[in-house]
Amino acid sequence: MTGKQKRTSARILLSAILFGTAIILPLQGNARLIVFILPYLIIGADVLWHALSGIAHAQIFDENFLMALATIGALCIGEYPEAVAVMLFYQVGEFFQDYAVNRSRQSIAALMDICPDSANLEKDGELFSVLPDAVNVGDIIVVKPGERIPLDGSIVTGSSSLNTAALTGEPLPRPVSAGDEVFSGSINETGLLRIQVSRPFADSTVSRILELVENASANKAKAEHFITRFARWYTPCVVGAALLVALIPPLCLRGDWQKWLYQALTFLVVSCPCALVISIPLSFFGGIGGASRRGILVKGGNYLEALADAETVVFDKTGTLTSGNFRVTEICPLLDITARDLLTYAALAEIYSDHPIARSLRDAAGELDRTRVDTVHEEAGLGVRAMVDGTPVAAGSRQLMDALCLTVDSFSENGSTAVHVAIDNQYAGYIIIADEPKPHTADTIAALRRLGIRRTVMLTGDRPARAAQIAASLGLDDYRAELLPHDKVACIESLLTEQTGGRLIFVGDGINDAPALSRADIGIAMGGLGTDAAIEAADLVIMDDSIAKVAEAIAIARRTRRIVRQNIIFALSVKGLVLLAGLVGAANMWFAVFADVGVALLAVVNAMRCLHTGHPASVEQKS
Amino acid sequence: MKKVFKMRDLDCANCARKMEDAIRRIDGVADVQINFLLQKMVLTADDTHFDEIVEQAARVCRKIERHCVILR
Repeated sequence: MTGKQKRTSARILLSAILFGTAIILPLQGNARLIVFILPYLIIGADVLWHALSGIAHAQIFDENFLMALATIGALCIGEYPEAVAVMLFYQVGEFFQDYAVNRSRQSIAALMDICPDSANLEKDGELFSVLPDAVNVGDIIVVKPGERIPLDGSIVTGSSSLNTAALTGEPLPRPVSAGDEVFSGSINETGLLRIQVSRPFADSTVSRILELVENASANKAKAEHFITRFARWYTPCVVGAALLVALIPPLCLRGDWQKWLYQALTFLVVSCPCALVISIPLSFFGGIGGASRRGILVKGGNYLEALADAETVVFDKTGTLTSGNFRVTEICPLLDITARDLLTYAALAEIYSDHPIARSLRDAAGELDRTRVDTVHEEAGLGVRAMVDGTPVAAGSRQLMDALCLTVDSFSENGSTAVHVAIDNQYAGYIIIADEPKPHTADTIAALRRLGIRRTVMLTGDRPARAAQIAASLGLDDYRAELLPHDKVACIESLLTEQTGGRLIFVGDGINDAPALSRADIGIAMGGLGTDAAIEAADLVIMDDSIAKVAEAIAIARRTRRIVRQNIIFALSVKGLVLLAGLVGAANMWFAVFADVGVALLAVVNAMRCLHTGHPASVEQKS
Repeated sequence: MKKVFKMRDLDCANCARKMEDAIRRIDGVADVQINFLLQKMVLTADDTHFDEIVEQAARVCRKIERHCVILR
């Protein structure tokens, strides 16, 4: 507790005791007024003082002024206990509200505490502790086990495992060694690393993330704008209504002056829109903060809000749905040999090749005996020719077969890569190599459907047959095939016209998708760690390669929206109830105080639930 | 010119909103965002009168919340 909070709690306690005594004492008249005035002044002095200075500055809709007016009014009509209780409850509520807001502020600040304060700069063989922004590109820094990496760079010497949870939300440590690129904000877990800095601090991953999350609050959600507009009108309207309630029933309906004055005073108590003004931005901020802890950066409350309305999700194929790793998917022997043998021959022929296709052949073939291979000729861009078990084998593209004067007629190109194999100068068959879907892709599509996404579409440059095959295996609703990079935007535009009111989301890897990312209602870039283009172009950035986070982001957005709606409805209906009760002459000041500070407090506590997004990313280490 | 200021003792969210409204009305202010949670103000205003504008903004803030200070 701060000093201010301690003083406030002492005043609350003292005033409460005096108030209790005053209720018990059987006093009448002025003596009764005096015993109630004492606790009232102890608890309300600062409010009264602020109210006075508010009047001096012509701030008549100031919270303090209204509260002072309400309680002094209550004192004037002889409702002494009411006046003290209102002031007391108001202060208790404010106290807790302050406390809750401070706590929320701290938990959000803790979330952003991923930036180390110092770097160990190595100069002439000695180490100096300096501020991270004093380190230049090309300098060597040393990061000890348990420390956070302060700047982006590449490892010169040392190996370790890195915890990138603060950046990606991925709790599994990543092994790194000399030559690897490392990002600021990750925690060095085991070994001593010497790192050559590749980017100045201002451009480092950690600075960019922090900047992005902090600036996110400038992109306000519609709900926030609504609250701002609402707040501008709410207080004057309620105060005006209070005036009418105080005057009209007594003047026109021969009501009791004192009773209706009391009703009017309760209006003043609920006239502050604080519950909404604090809790709605706090909810969005909490949602954005919670998402960033899971490695999902959201560039503003407006995007989070729009994401909750997702109707269609469009995926780019390569790098998003598929990993870009090739894998053998089909083996078609045409000669009298087994599929297994065909694969083995092709893999043996390609045994010395470094091409990704060759690698995927070898992976599929398993253990290979190098001694069976002899005299390998690489035919650049076409394939290889080699002697396997003394027999000439050729493996490669259709052009290679053409070059060998072999006809490939039983094969229909369907968009994927095919390795054609010739054994002993006879065409022996082909092997299909395809891009492999990322793990959990099908699960994610299913999860999206459970979240109520109406349509999932894949965009790809592949031939239609292959695209259909992938779309079917992943459970996608639709696909657009044979697209050139610039066709994607046109595709997004035509899909946008088919929407039925919801938002269209495009998920890409951010490398050549920038136009599509910005054309869609919401652009989500995958694999944002280290790719600046993705961070620039997208509205949401998923820091690692995990496609599952698309569904997670939508779930977070939905949850945030739910909490925002709860708070709006809760606050408005409780205040509305008090106002309604006041209009019929049944309002109660105690309830009004609850409707003011109690509701604000509950709304803040509710808003903080936005911050809790699933399991915590990691056990934070002290650095 | 766009500049970020830290604020101290900004205690009430509704006041932050009122300050935004009031500062936006100051001559030469292009945009202002007050973030109650981060206790920060982002002010975009005329280069030539920037210091004066900040001074005015500080006065406006004091009017609305007496303790509130813009740290410079």
